Parts: sequence; C-alpha cells; structure tokens
Amino acid sequence: MKLQEYQAKELFAEVGIPTATQYVAESVDEAVAAAQKIGKQVVVKAQVLVGGRGKAGGVKLASSPEEVREKATAILGMDIKGLTVEKLLITEAAEIEHEYYAGLIVDRTSKKVVLMITREGGVDIEELAETDPEKIHKIPFSLEDGLSDALVADVYKDVFQDEVLVKEGKDIVNKLVELFRKSDSSLLEINPLARVNGHLMALDAKMVIDDNAQYRQPEIVKYKNLEEYAKGEEDARENGLSFVSMDGNIGCIVNGAGLAMATMDIIKYYGGEPANFLDVGGSSNPDKVVNAIRIILDNPKVDAILLNIFGGITRCDDIARGLLVALERYTVSVPLVVRLVGTNQTEGRALLEEQGMKVESTLDDAVQAVIRERENR
Amino acid sequence: MSILIDQKTQVLVQGITGRDGSFHTNTMLKDGTSIVAGVTPKRGGQTVEGVPVYNSIQDAQKDHRVDASVIYVPAPFAAKAIQEAADASVPLIICITEGIPVLDMITMYRYTQERNVRLIGPNCPGLISPGKCKIGIMPAHIHKPGHVGVISRSGTLTYEVVYNLSQNNIGQSTCVGIGGDPIIGTNFIDALALFEKDADTHAVVLIGEIGGEAEEQAAEFIQKTMTKPVVSFISGRTAPPGKRMGHAGAIISGSSGTPEGKIASLNAAGVPVADRPSEIPALIQKALG
Repeated sequence: MKLQEYQAKELFAEVGIPTATQYVAESVDEAVAAAQKIGKQVVVKAQVLVGGRGKAGGVKLASSPEEVREKATAILGMDIKGLTVEKLLITEAAEIEHEYYAGLIVDRTSKKVVLMITREGGVDIEELAETDPEKIHKIPFSLEDGLSDALVADVYKDVFQDEVLVKEGKDIVNKLVELFRKSDSSLLEINPLARVNGHLMALDAKMVIDDNAQYRQPEIVKYKNLEEYAKGEEDARENGLSFVSMDGNIGCIVNGAGLAMATMDIIKYYGGEPANFLDVGGSSNPDKVVNAIRIILDNPKVDAILLNIFGGITRCDDIARGLLVALERYTVSVPLVVRLVGTNQTEGRALLEEQGMKVESTLDDAVQAVIRERENR
Repeated sequence: MSILIDQKTQVLVQGITGRDGSFHTNTMLKDGTSIVAGVTPKRGGQTVEGVPVYNSIQDAQKDHRVDASVIYVPAPFAAKAIQEAADASVPLIICITEGIPVLDMITMYRYTQERNVRLIGPNCPGLISPGKCKIGIMPAHIHKPGHVGVISRSGTLTYEVVYNLSQNNIGQSTCVGIGGDPIIGTNFIDALALFEKDADTHAVVLIGEIGGEAEEQAAEFIQKTMTKPVVSFISGRTAPPGKRMGHAGAIISGSSGTPEGKIASLNAAGVPVADRPSEIPALIQKALG
C-alpha cells in the first residue's frame, strides 16, 4: 500500500521529522486559499502515486494568487503516467542549498532493513544508483538494535560533513527508523532531504506499507488511496483474493500465485491474452470462487474464462461447490473452461460432471481449450 | 535417501485444532507421516485425529522426541509460533502460514539463525520425501519416489511441475517449497547445497518467479558449486512491473526481478529454462542422458 507525499509528511511531522507547512487542495479555489494562508511563494505539487512528478510537469513554483490559480488549474486533472491528478499539495517554497537522500528498505538478501544515504540526492537519484552506486552508502542493520554509532558515525560525516548537519541528519534518520518500525513500512524515503537556511528538512516523501501488516495498522489503512488499485483490485482484496488487471480478454481464476502467473504465461504462449491475474488463495472458502466469478464478469473485455485449480490446501470439491453457486447466481454467457486436479479432485470433478460440465486434467489442454472455445464462441 | 525429512522424522503440528491444521493432520497421517503431537494453547489434553494435543511445545517434548514442527497458525500469531519452536530447539520448523508481516519475519529469521534451527517458509507448501514423509499441504498422491529434487518459491506451481514429472515416470527424492515471501528461512542456495550432497538426488528442478534476486544468486551458486544437472521454470513472464502478483515477494521493481534477467542468468550457468511446466520432464531426461 502506497502513501501520498502529504500523507507520509503528516506521519513525518508526528515523529518530529522537519517538514514545511502544508495544505491539501482538491480544487483551484482551495489551492489559492491555502497559498494565501502561507502568504509566501509556494510550490504546487501533484499528489499521485508515481515517481517523476517534477519531470512530468506536476510540480510548479507560484509567487502570486494568480500564479497559484494558473498552476493549480494546469496540474489538477493532469495525467501523470496514467494516473489523474485529483489532489494538490500546497507547501511553502524553500530556498534549497543542498539536496541529500535518505531511505530505508527491506532487503531480501541480507534479510535486514537497509539504510541508503547519500550526499547526492535529488531527482536523479535513480540514475546515480545505476551509474555510481558506490556513492550511495548502504548499511544493513537490525531494527531491534537500531543504528549504532559504530555503524553510521563515519557515514554521516561523509554525507553531511558539517557538525550541526551531522547531528540533525542522525536525528532525522533515527526518527525515520522509528516511523519505519511503527508503521510496518517496506520502503520509506526522503528525497530530497534538503538543507534550507543551514538546516535539514524533508521536502518530499515516499512511503510503502507492507500489505501483510494492514491488519495491525488501522490508522494507516485510513490513508488508503483507491487510485492505487485498478477496477476490481480493492474489491478483490477485501474478499481475500489477490487480483491484478491486465489488458487481455481471457479471465483467469487460479489458486496460488505462482500457478496464476504461470497460467497467464501459458495463455500468452499459446497466443491468447490474459485479462487478469487472480489468485483465490490458499484456503478453500467456496465464497472466494463466487466473488472471483463476479469480479471477472465485471470486466466487459472478458469473453472467456479459465478456472485452473491444483488443490493442495485448497480442496477441489469446495471450489466446485463455489463454482456451482456462482453459476446459479450470475449469468455466465462466455465460454468457461475448468481444470481441477489435486486434493479431493474425484469429489470435485464429480460435482461438476453431474451438471454436465467437462473438466480438463492438464494445464496445456485447458489453456488450448479456452483459446479455442473463445474463438468459436 | 532424501533431504531434511524421511520415514524416521517425528513431527509436531502447531495450530492442530484449527480448520487447516486438523484437515492437514489427517492427510499427513494418511500419507504416512509420523505425527507425534499437536499444540494449541489452552487446548492441552484433547486429541485431533488420535494425536495428543498439548498447551506448548515444551509440554509435548516431555513425552515425545520432536524432529520437526509444522505451523498452521493464523498470520497475526505465526511469528510467536516460530519463536516458540525455536525456543524449544526444534531443529526443523516449517511455516505454512501466508500473510505474516515482513518485519516480523526479519526478526524471526535472525531468531532462528541465532538458535541454529532451520526455518522453511513462511507462505510455503512445506516439503515431502515421497513415500517416506510429508510435512505440509501438498497432495501426496501426485508424487512418486525417485531421484529428482524439486525446489520452489511457489505452492501450486510446484504441484503442476511434480504432476508432470510423475506422469512421465520421473520420481522425486524430496520436494521443498521455500515460500513466496521476500524474507524466507531457507533459500534456493541452501536447498541446492543439500541436494548436491544427497546421494539419492541425481538432478534438480528449480522453480522460480519474478521479484528479488534469488534466481540470479542460485545461478551463480550452480555455476560454481553444483555438479548435478539443474533445470528450471520461471513464472511471471507476462506480469506488469510494479504490481504485487499475489506473493509478497513477486514484484518487478525497476530493472530488478525481471524474468528476462533471471532466465539469462540461469542459461549462462548452463541451466535450461522451460517455457511451460510440461516441458520439464523432457529437459530432465535430456540432462540425465
């Protein structure tokens, strides 16, 4: 789950990381009113959940109410990498003396949290990571132990140089670590961590929360931005399914993420186009199939459906029961191909065959069947 | 022979009274696994499928030798369950549970390392040495005893591959599901090293997916260390970047975690990568001459 810049900065302020005064505006008039409250030159920033907003023209300086009106009008409704700008952040403009970068990320290889920090922050950080990765300090550490001086004293000296800034930088990073832990983040970035009037402050923020931890982060879940999810994705999540929308026309319902990905890959291999990734998950609640069918049928592009189940913790008879309920409740007028193998396959296949349905055994056969039936529909 | 588990392995089930725990206790028993005890706090004294239930692992250990513990506890309590098994020095801990917060797993990874116990998973199907022992949730009947080791980040995709192997009369020594999360206890390299040492394993199938660098690291290890042939399948070739594909670990970010990079690394290490799971048996037959 991704947070908007203004949301992350609200959390920064709670732990005491310095940020500029900010207001959120959803209309041009609100933007102008916010700028008047600030009473100085402001930055008008698009709030969308993608990087590269500045380069796309979504971040502009404005010195007068007329200018705020002009910039806000231009940015609201703008399309940035496929996302429409619906909110603006209005914040006091800062005279930036230097741009640093500080970030925390979960690292799979060291199985620790890693602090990434560099003197050369700013919009080109990703380029720097490609061309001069050694300029970015990377320090794996344990959240229980925190960042000891032995780990970071020399690093801070190298990054911030000046004694006052070293002290401020250390304080900000420690607060960032605290926020990372208490919010169950998997990524937390300040870029730029800017020097303004000789002091450090966070001028931008990126924050990604671990989806697995949503159950214990009710305050942060309130920040959920529905625009992060394509049609159906949030509906699916609330029903315990994992769903990603694709561009094709063959709706897929599969159990298990790896098999769900492989099913899409094999549809593509045989010349078809998957409409979605959908994993009904590892438990066999028949309702999940009912919801899956509903979400798939909601997509007007879907003109064939493949249900591919390899039972393990999921039981084929539960899936078959769920499918029969779904077929009673919803009109499925597109070809539907079912493949059922694994735990309780005999019972599951029998339930469907009693209703006159054909059940495939191999994945290759099932994929070829759905492509063929779609073409012959 | 096999790796990690065999007919002598004595298993304890954590969360044995739950829906999944009791169902899979039943199937594991049917599949010949020696389950000596179960644990659910405050439910000590009951039995599930004839298996005695204890309040804690420590209590169970007073009556039984426990070689492995399998965890079917819901995500909010799973880290505690791993901790309990590690505290009791159970040498092999298999965590089936899906959806454990990643920061909990970072803590638990270190915790198990420091206590010198092996963790498999979480978010995994477990492991099986066909005909000897099954610890987990996979359907045993699709397996067949033999000489091919299988390692996978996925559950059901592993079944797909195993099904294809068995249909082609290629049996398995041990199949290990290492789990689909970003932080897991046992990785590809750990499992490859065990198969390399196991005299009964003649070749290995490595089933990877998009996200992270585990396949690239495995490729490097295979090139440097493995004498046995390895063949592979990578899922997620059609996955869009930046989206979490079900598994918390399956996400392409920037230029990292792409299927192209993984396939290129594996090919460079002499590992053929199948386009479909159904091609794997032929690749194995070819590798074994």
